[in-house]
Amino acid sequence: MNPSVEHKLWMYEKMIEIREYEETMARIYLEGKLPPHIQKGLAFDIGAGPVPGEMHLAAGQEPVAVGVCAHLHDDDTVVGAHRPHHFAIAKGVPLKPMTAEMFGKDTGLGRGKGGHMHLFDPIHKFSCSGIIGASMPPACGAALAAKKRGKNWVAVAFFGEGATNQGAFHESMNLAALWKLPVLFVCEDNKYAISVEKSESTSVAWNADRASAYGMPGVLVDQNDAVAVYEAAGVAIERARRGEGPTLLEVKTDRYLGHFQGDPETYRPKGEVEALRRNDPIPRLGEHLRRAGVIDDGMDQAIRARVNARVTEAYEYARTSPYPQPEDALLHVFN
Amino acid sequence: MKARKLTMAQAISEAIGQEMERDAEVFVMGEDVGKYGGIFGATGGLLDKHGKDRIMDTPISETAFIGTAIGAAAEGMRPIAELMFVDFFGVCMDMIYNHMAKNTYMAGGNIKLPMVLMSAIGGGYNDAAQHSQCLYATFAHMPGMKVVVPSNAYDAKGLMAQAIRDDNPVVFLFHKGIMGLPWMSYFEGSTNEVPEASYTIPFGEAKVVREGRDLTIVTLSQMVQKSVLAAQELVDAGIDAEVIDLRTIVPLDRAAVLRSVRKTGRLLIADEDYLSFGLSGEIAALVAENLDTVQLKAPVKRLAVPDVPIPYSRPLEQFVIPQVHSIVSAARQLVGASQLEGALT
Repeated sequence: MNPSVEHKLWMYEKMIEIREYEETMARIYLEGKLPPHIQKGLAFDIGAGPVPGEMHLAAGQEPVAVGVCAHLHDDDTVVGAHRPHHFAIAKGVPLKPMTAEMFGKDTGLGRGKGGHMHLFDPIHKFSCSGIIGASMPPACGAALAAKKRGKNWVAVAFFGEGATNQGAFHESMNLAALWKLPVLFVCEDNKYAISVEKSESTSVAWNADRASAYGMPGVLVDQNDAVAVYEAAGVAIERARRGEGPTLLEVKTDRYLGHFQGDPETYRPKGEVEALRRNDPIPRLGEHLRRAGVIDDGMDQAIRARVNARVTEAYEYARTSPYPQPEDALLHVFN
Repeated sequence: MKARKLTMAQAISEAIGQEMERDAEVFVMGEDVGKYGGIFGATGGLLDKHGKDRIMDTPISETAFIGTAIGAAAEGMRPIAELMFVDFFGVCMDMIYNHMAKNTYMAGGNIKLPMVLMSAIGGGYNDAAQHSQCLYATFAHMPGMKVVVPSNAYDAKGLMAQAIRDDNPVVFLFHKGIMGLPWMSYFEGSTNEVPEASYTIPFGEAKVVREGRDLTIVTLSQMVQKSVLAAQELVDAGIDAEVIDLRTIVPLDRAAVLRSVRKTGRLLIADEDYLSFGLSGEIAALVAENLDTVQLKAPVKRLAVPDVPIPYSRPLEQFVIPQVHSIVSAARQLVGASQLEGALT
């Protein structure tokens, strides 16, 4: 299933947007967290600055998000994990309330109650969770609801390779296959579960192989490439829409930044990130589009300018939005 | 309104069935909820009427099916998931307390999770430490879950209908020893007149099961039935006990407790959950925080499981779970002690 020119252009622009979003966040996140602005003796203060708390960024992992989400409609559901921005952006979650949420502002998706790991956008049918492996059971539920309502909607659960040894992974795979749920399980393998490599945590070389234990197709995309992900995801999503059940898709991808910002990354071999960055999927797709005559320098610049405006505007909106009133902490336990 | 006697199990299943007829979004998931009708009968007869697409037997896979209920609820459906024994929450608590309970809050109220998690609680039939706990206070302790703990068929039906219609996660806990099962002895007071027509009972409204002057027994679930029997025995000792059935503990009807204790001046809490850091402490704290308007004639007394797992052997289990005689004796001490004190001064 080769992507149309429109889909390639969409993926290209979304990848640029995700990258710019994440790199901007990496920069802003450091504001106020370094000496001399913090407590004496500390090298870094996680709770300081305009965006406090943990921050997990997805620079380098754009292909898996856009390659899958290019196939999705508004009625399809996406459930992401603790590193969720690329999925949210690819699913169409608006940048302004999403960013405001990370700044803890009243205009945020969750009015400042969730933060970056807990983004809920029911209009664009996106949610995520900070608990490893927890994206899968609720995605099964969205898929079950679609099936019960006789819709051809699908649900996608994204999770890292570190999640595949959780019970939730195995339980969800069994239930989804048993009930033929229209769900796609997407494992993004960025090689590290924080610091632990897959080879040290997982009994098989490829998680895709585990699909056979549950009677569903397991597909490995062995390259960090949007078109390759698109092709594999398309087959799986069409299968789900036809009512033929779930697929496990495993995508090899690259994490350019730390597990979280501030991660000293002592577990990574020297030069690894530089080597990964030489295989950057964004310029690769750009080159492909250029060679095919789809874009030229002028169009490329226009895309980048458009993206830059959107991202800049979102961060500005977040920065200038008001905080919630402290006592608003008491609201919304129940609806 | 036509009414007839139902067991609590029948009443719960009738409420679910009526809500399923009323609303196509309601469905049930759980282990043995289909052909078996629920191990404790809460879904008895529903499969025949509603079919297996709406009464869904699941694998023994609580994380998957409770998480699935969460996902379906987020889409606007109204799932009821049965966790067979509340003790099994250990294998799926992440879905319950990190997701079901917190998502609405973390979304700033932008989502709804209209789902019911129902489960069996309680001991008294020698099923030992992993199948006999109550744990309602554990759920009530963590924000984001309404917690319903009925004591009889009439309340159970109305509270279940209310739970299904609520737009929030509701944990509905039925005590095995009041379900009226043909294979487990139960307290007959729990089997009572239940109208055929559908009705709801609002959450957060405790019921004065028995009015009295001398002391207030605050209780819930099966312990209500024990307390009523104890109150009858206490009449012979000249003690007039008021029995308050909390019915829901989130929300908690604090006003009802205070109203009664202001009247009687004595408080006994009869609880089948663990003693420390739980419901009995919460009720005692409520009174302590209101001592400016509550005149106690005696210190508060608590009956609960004394911080040990539920033991298997009959004499051991009966010792740790408060019984009718222990309620009677605690009430006598409470009233007697203060009457004595009153006589001396």
